[in-house]
Amino acid sequence: MDKIKIRDLNAFYDGLQALKNINLEIHDHEILGIIGPANSGKSSILRALNRLIEFDGGRVTGSVLLDDKDILCLPVNELRRRVGLIFASPVVLPGSIYKNITYGPKLHRRYSASELDDLVYYALSAANLWEEVKDRLYESATQLSGGQQQRLCIARTLALKPEVIMMDEPCSGLDPISTTKVESTMLSLKDQYTFVLVTNNTRQAARVSTRVAFFLNGELVELDRTERIFTTPRDNRTNDYIIGRFG
Amino acid sequence: MKDKFAERLLLFIAFSAILSLLLITFFIFQQGIPLIFKVGLKNFLSFHWAPTQGQFGILSMVMGSLMVTLGALCVGIPLGLSCAIFLAEFSSKPVQSILKPVIELLAGIPSVVYGFIGIVVLVPLIRNLFGGSGFSVLGAGIILGIMILPTIVSISYDSIKSVPAAYRDGSFALGATRWQTILMVVLPSARSGIIAGIILGMGRAIGETMAVIMISGNALRVPHSLLDSVRTITSTIALELSYSTGDHRAALFACGSVLFIIIVILNFIAIRITRRD
Amino acid sequence: MIRIGPRTSQAIAYVMLLTLTVIAVSILVFIIGFIFKNGFAELSWNFLTQKTTEMGKEGGILPSIIGTLIITILAILIATPFGVGTATYLSEYTKTGPVRRVISFGADCLAGVPSIIFGLFGFIFFVITMRLGWCILSGALTLAVMILPTIIRTSEEAIKAVPKSYREISYSLGGGKLDTILKVVLPTAIPGILTGIILGMGRAVGETAATIFTTGASLNMPTSLFSSSRTLAVHFYILAREGISLPKAYGTATVLIIMILLINFIAYRLMHRFMARYY
Repeated sequence: MDKIKIRDLNAFYDGLQALKNINLEIHDHEILGIIGPANSGKSSILRALNRLIEFDGGRVTGSVLLDDKDILCLPVNELRRRVGLIFASPVVLPGSIYKNITYGPKLHRRYSASELDDLVYYALSAANLWEEVKDRLYESATQLSGGQQQRLCIARTLALKPEVIMMDEPCSGLDPISTTKVESTMLSLKDQYTFVLVTNNTRQAARVSTRVAFFLNGELVELDRTERIFTTPRDNRTNDYIIGRFG
Repeated sequence: MKDKFAERLLLFIAFSAILSLLLITFFIFQQGIPLIFKVGLKNFLSFHWAPTQGQFGILSMVMGSLMVTLGALCVGIPLGLSCAIFLAEFSSKPVQSILKPVIELLAGIPSVVYGFIGIVVLVPLIRNLFGGSGFSVLGAGIILGIMILPTIVSISYDSIKSVPAAYRDGSFALGATRWQTILMVVLPSARSGIIAGIILGMGRAIGETMAVIMISGNALRVPHSLLDSVRTITSTIALELSYSTGDHRAALFACGSVLFIIIVILNFIAIRITRRD
Repeated sequence: MIRIGPRTSQAIAYVMLLTLTVIAVSILVFIIGFIFKNGFAELSWNFLTQKTTEMGKEGGILPSIIGTLIITILAILIATPFGVGTATYLSEYTKTGPVRRVISFGADCLAGVPSIIFGLFGFIFFVITMRLGWCILSGALTLAVMILPTIIRTSEEAIKAVPKSYREISYSLGGGKLDTILKVVLPTAIPGILTGIILGMGRAVGETAATIFTTGASLNMPTSLFSSSRTLAVHFYILAREGISLPKAYGTATVLIIMILLINFIAYRLMHRFMARYY
């Protein structure tokens, strides 16, 4: 089943074209890794999927279908609840850990106090953070370490019970242990969600992805199962990037 | 959708500032301008102010305002610029963090307190040193100069600080001393900001009322020396408004209109100068 | 001509600048010290809590203290929604463009208007045209317009200082623009906004020309928003100029300056806490 279908997607920022005629499908319950050098359009495609690109002043043509429905026909805040985005640097909102997690859900509907407690427990457990913070839920979130903050951001997104979780280089700047924790979170949640992972670490993509897409200069060069991409890629450019001939 | 409603509401609120400005302009002019037409420019632009006798000449007051402002600039610019340069270029971070708030505190002192200090300290000083009553252009100029000090210091300081480090580094790399760099590189680059600050200070000085009333002596004549008493536009308005009626009151609003125009022009020039960067 | 080397001229310049700076700072210290020295003797519990009698020659300054507080607080209450609203609109809803320029121009110009003009305006508009008469309400409304630019400026800076990522996160979680502003941007910007409000308060407290023609100079205890009242600054002015009582004048000035120093000090501490959080 295709969770997301992207057809003829083009994106422009101030006259620069960030995405050129992208056509791809994202399967349900897969982890799609997106690799490529800087400025290849990796981040842009994520932001096009949750319409954050409009917030940056970008312009988009083409269509994106979520469960076969055009995302432009959905109310935008509903889209963003269903398609969550985790940024490269963890940014925690001012306030307690508890407040950070419940901020998102409360935007969409009313919750009772016990529902919120359950939600916080669920989100923090799924993000592999519950054990570390369960005794300081009401303390400021800024006290957490970088790795913990990033997992908090993941928990924050999970609290919305999204369907697709997009991650934009989530482990850049994290130590190896935190990186492992984030990756294992992804793998453990794969059956409940669909993941799109943008990374400049090809080995990370190889570790966790089901399929991998290689972007270059705004174009989708190749998309295939992980083993194929990393052993026998069809395009020379893919091969050159993976073996490190350019980066 | 509530987002749209909020945006409309905020747009409406955002115009409150410009709306107030328009209201102020409208009401002041509405009261004052008809009088100018009524008595004619020849009357209005004469040196004779005797409103109860139908004489509405503002020129002696304009002269008074100008002289007092000039005095203020003579005091405020050297002191203010020196402070700004010293703070920005020669003092260490801890010193800056103490002195800058101290100077800004000067701005918080009410004008009546300045005026009072002027009466109690400065006026007798002038009287003893130079003769005359002490209530003079000199006194008013000095006090006003001190009052506009914070404005000049703040704006000049910001302008000097915002000169890019690259300019200074280039000069140092050529072997210039700090002072040479300041004279030849920093000050010229910061020039427009400094001038804007001075012009804003000028606007403050022209618009100052309470301190001037207390020190300038309020004599209705064109001053011939620094020690003469003088009356400014602002003093006249403040001194006569409460008991004025009819044409007299309208004339005071006419004075206010003239003052308003002068200040708007000065502010406009200052804004244009800073915008040109 | 003796040739002065560059190091020498720098030394001379340094000394001159230092001297002038010391002069400027000494003036400030002198002013405050002088007032305090002569005014502290007058400060007593009676002075602060008694009504004013004999045109100010006897008694205390309680009516003026109360009047000043009421006018200032009322002015803040009126000006803050408009100021913060304008600042929010300027930083969240506009980019460069004619609308933005008009609004900014209005705020900048308003900031430069001298207080006597506000006095004239308040007099003709609130006292006469709106028939409010000389009262606390007229004064508060006039002062509100006067401190509006201050609140707009500082609030706009505070709102702009909220990191862009906070907004992005809120949007990614599905928040709308209003939600983001009300729940993330404004709460984060509150220390900076408060600083502006407090600075505006400081300006309002010291105002004379604007209040004397709108609130009058009555020495009675204010009983309602429509009572006339005499602010501390006005009281001080009248005492000083009419030569009614020099000691009382010093005392009033001392109270006034202490109030202003306190207000500025609080504003500074707030500003530092705010800066420390984000820089």
